[in-house]
Amino acid sequence: MRVDTAVHRPGHEGDRGGAGHPAAGLHMKDLLGIADLTSEEILLVLETADAMKEIGTRPIKKVPTLRGKTVVNLFFEPSTRTRTSFEIAEKRLSADTLNIAASTSSVTKGETLVDTALTLEAMAPDMIVMRHSASGACHLLSRICRSRIINAGDGMHEHPTQALLDAYTIREHKGRIGGLKVAIIGDLLHSRVLRSNLLLLGKLGADVWVSGPATLVPPGIERFGARATWSIDEAVEGADVVMMLRIQQERMRGHFFPSLREYFTLFGLTAARVTRAKPDVIIMHPGPMNRGVEIASEVADGPYAVILEQVANGVAIRMAVLYLLAGGVTEETAS
Amino acid sequence: MPLVMDADRISRTLMRIAHEILERNRGVEELAFVGIRTRGVPLAKRLAAKIAEIGAHPIPVGALDITLYRDDLMRHAVGPQPLVRSTEIPFSIDDKKILLVDDVLYTGRTIRAALDALIDFGRPQSIQLVVLVDRGHRELPIKADYVGKNLPTSRQQSVQARLVETDGRDEVVVEDSERGS
Repeated sequence: MRVDTAVHRPGHEGDRGGAGHPAAGLHMKDLLGIADLTSEEILLVLETADAMKEIGTRPIKKVPTLRGKTVVNLFFEPSTRTRTSFEIAEKRLSADTLNIAASTSSVTKGETLVDTALTLEAMAPDMIVMRHSASGACHLLSRICRSRIINAGDGMHEHPTQALLDAYTIREHKGRIGGLKVAIIGDLLHSRVLRSNLLLLGKLGADVWVSGPATLVPPGIERFGARATWSIDEAVEGADVVMMLRIQQERMRGHFFPSLREYFTLFGLTAARVTRAKPDVIIMHPGPMNRGVEIASEVADGPYAVILEQVANGVAIRMAVLYLLAGGVTEETAS
Repeated sequence: MPLVMDADRISRTLMRIAHEILERNRGVEELAFVGIRTRGVPLAKRLAAKIAEIGAHPIPVGALDITLYRDDLMRHAVGPQPLVRSTEIPFSIDDKKILLVDDVLYTGRTIRAALDALIDFGRPQSIQLVVLVDRGHRELPIKADYVGKNLPTSRQQSVQARLVETDGRDEVVVEDSERGS
């Protein structure tokens, strides 16, 4: 499975320090990946999320913006936080939401993805939020559906809203993204979170380091503008942000490392390793965590961890994406 | 581009409105300003300052963004979307007499959205509307309680209120141009 999107290197986009002007709107039908966004559009999503976050602090956590719009959450893979986060975001914007989990749908009776999509499409939802285990599944739907498609994770390709909420969380703590040293460590091979983050952090000018066992580092990762190292200590050294990735055993076909214990010894984030980073480092994890595999419990629960803030910010980011997609395109361009 | 109000005129108008507010509302303890973003917010702050100058209690000021309450989100052709900004109302509006402040009153749709938005924050005792300019052409049954200047206009004209805080200078101008705002 290869990522055949445009390659972005730090510094090649206009905005390095996150100080540029946000775009005037998201003029696209679907949000399929970070690859399709400019740095100005990324800033627009982040700034819109600021306003959305405030809504979550009100006594009445609801605005009427998407009243009468139907959003289908179509999840072909298990998910707690992403699906819940999208559903809360949709409800706070007053959309009508509908959850379809593959395990309880006609997919188990042998229906193809395209047929499922066309069936849903016949009931005219306004947006479909989809997660699928095949890379590019959203892109397929995007070509056949009139509804707007939001990618909530496609195979090993992209997970754009996760990268956006990560960027939002980093910006909240550091005030900027450009010039920061970000270390991303773990199962790089299977991670769509990594791919979306590399694209986004590259566009906003961060200095990204990646580290993991040789078997889990995809060849050609440097083309994303990241620096790869086999040593987690080198990656963490002086880092402003450390992002740990989950070991995705469900996607692993074959043996990538001898044992989980050995993995933890060589690539697990321990309190001792955290001391190599900057004193004000933040530790991130897209969840769900494997405690004692990629991250030690004392680190996950420690003062540097912002893992639960990431979850909270996810709702605001998804509200921003839903709002911007709903308002930004005419029917003509959508068809 | 006829100038309708200059800085001096705007300042005197706001002072007059401040006096009217005090005259009509016995006791300022329950009053609170809520400015509609963008230009309603600096106007609300100036009114609060003028009332403080007159010697009454300080009156709290909040900021309201109504973008998410607009009734035309899906109706626009491709064009710039207004950036959603934060609503900041740092006090409870329950049982308060709210003075809602905006720069130009036109169709009334912004005020309709603002009323919906405000009521999501609580149950004020009353809401009064303050505008710097009323240019007519209402599309909803909405009326201002305090008007800086009544300005007869045609729909083809556009009325721009500019303030030092947002635009670098104080003035209200009428422009015979494209579609009105």
